Amino acid sequence: MEHETVREPVRETSAPEAKVYLQILFLLFLLSTTAYFLDLMNLTTVMKAILFTAIALMKAGLIAGYFMHLRFERITLVYVIVTPLILLVGLVAAVMPDGRSVLMSRIGF
Amino acid sequence: MGSEDVMRTAWGGGQSPFAVSWGKLMMWLFILSDAFTFGGLLAGYGALRVGSPTWPDASKVFALHVAGREFPLLLIAIMTFTLICSSGTMALAVHSGYHKERQKTVLYLVATILLGLTFLSCQAYEWTKLIREGVRLWHTPFGPPQFGACFFTITGFHGSHVLSGVIYLGVIASRVARGVYDRRGSYEGVEIAGLYWHFVDLVWVFIFTFFYLF
Repeated sequence: MEHETVREPVRETSAPEAKVYLQILFLLFLLSTTAYFLDLMNLTTVMKAILFTAIALMKAGLIAGYFMHLRFERITLVYVIVTPLILLVGLVAAVMPDGRSVLMSRIGF
Repeated sequence: MGSEDVMRTAWGGGQSPFAVSWGKLMMWLFILSDAFTFGGLLAGYGALRVGSPTWPDASKVFALHVAGREFPLLLIAIMTFTLICSSGTMALAVHSGYHKERQKTVLYLVATILLGLTFLSCQAYEWTKLIREGVRLWHTPFGPPQFGACFFTITGFHGSHVLSGVIYLGVIASRVARGVYDRRGSYEGVEIAGLYWHFVDLVWVFIFTFFYLF
């Protein structure tokens, strides 16, 4: 019986052009500069939290997606990497109430 | 399912899981575990900061005096741009590696290393400045001791990653220069090192946002 090998060669990722990297670099500069100047403005803490987190996540997406080629990898690999990171955000959020109770115990209600 | 069918599944050993090489997959798994280390540090920082009635104003603490004027967060802005630039040159190094252009790859790797060293120098300056002002791992003259603890732990952990990255890239650059990857027929080693370097930049995005901007 003939043996069919299913072993596929390790796929060369379809790498983007060098121009794309420079465009991403420009976007990263733009987002960082925006964040820097937003910081100089007198914004409320809530506004800061929303804007800065949004900018940070956009930058993270650009770096992971293009520089780290995640956009060009197999979708299952993307799931394996992104799912724990979502849980990580949950971890950070989960300990915040603890900090708040510490604050309350320090300053009194 | 017969044993041959098992071999055909992604984890059966007959093929590469997720269609990436083992080196790349292992680097991704390392990056995930490292992300959790940094996530733990940031979570701890968040809890400590929320629990502190006062916190020093980062834009004043990290201001830079140039020609008698105070520029808030200038040093941190320079560090951020340096690291983003180094990610750009790293991406170009990986790109040159794809096309097996040995000289260009070495050139871009060296540029990345130099930018990494610039970042480390800025950090050394920043640490020196704060230590001279009396900030310690257990003490902050102008705020709660948690500030010093968080500052040195988080930036120190990140800085040691940058330092490791510089050494790592130095080894890779020397291998490229010696033609190791040409003989192997694949520049994947450069790409894997690139994953690590971009991750270090990625972590800085969050440290910059949550430690310095807030």
